[in-house]
Amino acid sequence: MHAEEKLTYETWPAEPEKSTLEAKNKFLGFWFFLGGETVLFASLFATYLALKDKVPDSTHHLAKDLFELPLTFVATMLLLTSSLTSVYAMYHMKNFNAKKMNLWLVITLLLGAAFLVLEIYEFNHYVHEFHHTFTSSAFGSAFYTLVGFHGGHVAFGLLWITTLIVRNAKRGLDLYNAPKFYVASLYWHFIDVVWVFIFTVVYLMGMVG
Amino acid sequence: MKRLAKWRLISVFAILSLILSGCGEPFLSTLRPAGEVADIQYDLMKLSTLIMVGVILVVMVIFFIVLIKFRRKDEKIPKQVEGSHKLEIIWTTIPILLLLLLAVPTVSATFKLADVSPMDKKDSDALVINVRSNLYWWEFEYPGQKIVTSQDLVVPTDEKVYFNLISSDVKHSFWIPAVGGKLDTNTENVNKFWLEFDSAKAEEAGDLFYGKCAELCGPSHALMDFKVKTMDRDDFDNWVANMKDVKEPAKADTALAQEGQEIFNKSCISCHAVTPTNATPPEARLAPNLSNFGERSRIAGVLDHNEEELKNWIRTPEKYKPGNLMTGKYPELSEDQLDALTEYLMGLKVQE
Amino acid sequence: MSTYAQKKGFGATLWDYLTTVDHKKIAILYLIAGGFFFVVGGLEAVFIRIQLAVPNNDFVSAGLFNEIITMHGTTMIFLAAMPLVFAFMNAVMPLQIGARDVAFPFVNALGFWLFFFGGVFLNLSWFFDGAPDAGWTSYASLAMASKGHGVDFYVLGLQISGIGTLIGGINFLVTIINMRAPGMTYMRMPLFTWSTFVTSALILFAFPPLTVGLVLMMFDRMFGSNFFEASMGGNTVIWEHLFWIFGHPEVYILVLPAFGIFSEIFAMFSRKRLFGYSSMVFATVLIGFLGFMVWAHHMFTTGLGPVANAIFAVATMAIGVPTGIKIFNWLLTMWGGSVKFTTPMHYAVAFIPSFVAGGVTGVMLAAAAADYQYHDTYFVVAHFHYVIVGGVVFAILAGTHLYWPKMFGTMLNETLGKITFWLFFIGFHMTFFIQHFLGLWGMPRRVFTYLPGQGFETSNLISSLGAVFMSLGVIVLLYNVIMTSVKNERVGNDPWGDGRTLEWSLPSPPPFYNFKQLPLVRGLDAYWLEKMEGKKGMTPAEPLGDIHMPNASFLPFVIAFGLFVAAFGALFNMDDKAWSVPVIIIGLLITFGAMFLRSVKDDHGFHIHKEELMEDDNDKGVKA
Repeated sequence: MHAEEKLTYETWPAEPEKSTLEAKNKFLGFWFFLGGETVLFASLFATYLALKDKVPDSTHHLAKDLFELPLTFVATMLLLTSSLTSVYAMYHMKNFNAKKMNLWLVITLLLGAAFLVLEIYEFNHYVHEFHHTFTSSAFGSAFYTLVGFHGGHVAFGLLWITTLIVRNAKRGLDLYNAPKFYVASLYWHFIDVVWVFIFTVVYLMGMVG
Repeated sequence: MKRLAKWRLISVFAILSLILSGCGEPFLSTLRPAGEVADIQYDLMKLSTLIMVGVILVVMVIFFIVLIKFRRKDEKIPKQVEGSHKLEIIWTTIPILLLLLLAVPTVSATFKLADVSPMDKKDSDALVINVRSNLYWWEFEYPGQKIVTSQDLVVPTDEKVYFNLISSDVKHSFWIPAVGGKLDTNTENVNKFWLEFDSAKAEEAGDLFYGKCAELCGPSHALMDFKVKTMDRDDFDNWVANMKDVKEPAKADTALAQEGQEIFNKSCISCHAVTPTNATPPEARLAPNLSNFGERSRIAGVLDHNEEELKNWIRTPEKYKPGNLMTGKYPELSEDQLDALTEYLMGLKVQE
Repeated sequence: MSTYAQKKGFGATLWDYLTTVDHKKIAILYLIAGGFFFVVGGLEAVFIRIQLAVPNNDFVSAGLFNEIITMHGTTMIFLAAMPLVFAFMNAVMPLQIGARDVAFPFVNALGFWLFFFGGVFLNLSWFFDGAPDAGWTSYASLAMASKGHGVDFYVLGLQISGIGTLIGGINFLVTIINMRAPGMTYMRMPLFTWSTFVTSALILFAFPPLTVGLVLMMFDRMFGSNFFEASMGGNTVIWEHLFWIFGHPEVYILVLPAFGIFSEIFAMFSRKRLFGYSSMVFATVLIGFLGFMVWAHHMFTTGLGPVANAIFAVATMAIGVPTGIKIFNWLLTMWGGSVKFTTPMHYAVAFIPSFVAGGVTGVMLAAAAADYQYHDTYFVVAHFHYVIVGGVVFAILAGTHLYWPKMFGTMLNETLGKITFWLFFIGFHMTFFIQHFLGLWGMPRRVFTYLPGQGFETSNLISSLGAVFMSLGVIVLLYNVIMTSVKNERVGNDPWGDGRTLEWSLPSPPPFYNFKQLPLVRGLDAYWLEKMEGKKGMTPAEPLGDIHMPNASFLPFVIAFGLFVAAFGALFNMDDKAWSVPVIIIGLLITFGAMFLRSVKDDHGFHIHKEELMEDDNDKGVKA
């Protein structure tokens, strides 16, 4: 099958994300990329754990003073839900339904954006209420770097998926853009999984001390 | 026949001197171990070298047979062999056994060298020395004796000496090659280990071992040497007592030296202390303690200990240790002032 | 296509290389850039040896010396050895598996240009206030204390070139998994392809920790964070861990492809299939795996405690086993073979004792308690030069002679090749063997000078003289390259006559689509099998049909160039220069604009039609 072919609901393959060689390559290559990203975040997690609560003196706040469960819980729920909505989008992609796919992707984007807004609020809160900043201590540097890296990934994902939707709004699905949507959703799931770890390692473990 | 014997004798001497020179200097070389730690390490070196020479021999025998026997002579196509399970098992198992042979003493030595439990015990009479590394100089504090010195480490022989190591600025590494392996001085934590100085071997080395910084630390990394003076326990106790006697800066005895002391008190004393028992917190000691400067073996760790070199050093420290922190910290001195200062510094001695 | 390629002018050729996505041309780019940096790093090495030839020398100042050693290490590892290895991977691996290109030709070009601009950026530090001077390991406390912008050049340059390497690794992985010709099962892949595969996996997992370390250091130096600032709770040992979690696998990233190249050479010039192929594959994978378990042996003296030291010591020794398996398999490949001493074979044969020497000192270093003596001395310098020069550089030189005809269609002169070999071989041992002893006699590494009277004089002089021989060897090689390029005697498919793998079944250099019809692979050493049955070429696995090829693109160059510009802005932002922020923005706009363009503009590539392919055939018929 060629990537440019015009397809219909009937001729649309069961696995449109892997039905050309280019698509197969993209699919596999992206998995490898996520493997590298995993190591990247693992390194950041290790750094964070090594520097957690490492502050110059006792006037600085520690993890247990900073974090609040309700806020991060809402953020977690937003991101988990957005992962689910991106699954719906891919379901419609596989059924050759570009309209519904786009709809679910837009919902995913909105949830992601809401998450990002909460995160910005949270950072702002720490800086102003607790004077816990990027430069105030090694703990601060490690915290903002780890969580900020994740936030940056979310922001990039939002831009990426938006570009995809806008670029392909008129022409509908084909075997050239289907894999692009698919790997974008893979990326989104990955971000979600990383957040689950951040939620556990940074926030939950932070609150118990 | 006689000529042959003579040749033999000469060659024996030649080999002997080659081996001896092959082991390096007694005050510096790891191949002339002068203490328990260096001995353990030397034994490990010998063991691993022995095993490895065995491996090399086996490889080289096969290697040369191949090179000689299997050169291309004709265009015949050799038999295409897939492999041999038997051979593969052999050259997997034997190396594993050889490595086990090395691994066991390695692990036991690693734990032995890290055993610093006596220094943490309450009321232990183990000698502990706090080593603090600074950009291109070393400070040695004896917390039990409450004295501080620098550049020349003074230790008693034939007993375990325990070290706490830390750095004031960037990472350095504390190494007395002939006496034992190195340990890094980190910026964030104290590292601990012990060494032992063998009296017989120390005598061979002139009771003066060379110490080195072994971690790149800036331009003068190569010049961050220190010296280790070894003495028996009695002399050491004596030295400690003498050091402790200096409660306040010693009064200079000649007029010239007194003039020098005045200059020192004006330009130098804000960084350099001249009492071994100084109470400044460790982080605030900015420069080497000079209480027993007149008895040191080197100036700035690398220059010969004489008045000319001392004046050279004070004139342009940057020339002798690039990147040092002394340059520019004091006003320029006239030659007369230098003479006075030198007289004073060379007179700073604690031992009669 | 190939017919009018030869008539192009200089400008057109240049444009062709700036926009190429063809793995064979990218290989040539890697070879040229890597070769250039190899010469730069080599000159730095010569300066080091001049400075250390006599005690108390003042050929260079202390500060400059530290810059030279830092740049020598960084250049040789990141900008010479890796790209040169990448050159052969690009040139040969797709041919060996019977593919028409790599999986992501665009990404392949992007990877090269990122490496190139990262390398150029790093080296430009010489022309701004000084190169990095904290050693190639750039330990955090010293790097943080380093004045000027040297370390910033290091941090930014390596990030850019590191991304290039990472995407190159992903590319090779996918290529090997998805694009093998019919019949090319995993256990029929040539060993060089296998080592490319394992190496790429190592790159994928080893480079992210380095990137994180570099980012943290960048944050500390540029934005006032406190990762490595002990007084603010920071910890410099984190840098050591991150660096060596990358740094140790890096050694295997370099040496495994070297093993791969030598495996090909031993089999070819012994006219025998590789002895114990499956155990060789297994050993390669095992070395790659263990490579990640041993990083802390670089930190035995950091004070991690006896438990960590003992564990890492034993794990490190374990690597000796698969490496030993390889050595014996190579020896047994030659055993009973018909060994021809071509230039590549000279290097391969010399590699065995040289690398064994480096390997056994590696095991000695693994003995943690004894390593307290070796660590950071010239013993270590000798050890890793035995491994990296005796292993990797020998392999690169061997590969250059071996694959030159495949890449350029003409042979390097064999006599000159052997002269290069002997000069380099003698010089190498002369330079580095004595350094083992210097280390044991108490000479620390990275010293800009040494005082007389410590017994270091004669040995250092010998070592410096060795460097002269190595330099002469490289000069002869350069002369060889120029001479044979001028003569340009064209060669056929299998110029060595002993080719075993698929690349030798193709013309030299191969057409830009590599295989007109994908070959059918019937076993290990696919081409050899066909030759032994008296056939001239491979049996095709498919009928002649249209071939889909990617379009050339200038965007990879532009994307990398944008980052290069932005990095300059970021660097001078530290000095509060007014123009720095606009420069960052312009650079990032270039990069992201080009990425955006790539993303919204469909690129379906083009097709070479059956008829054109048949014409190509006729063309050749006429020429021949």
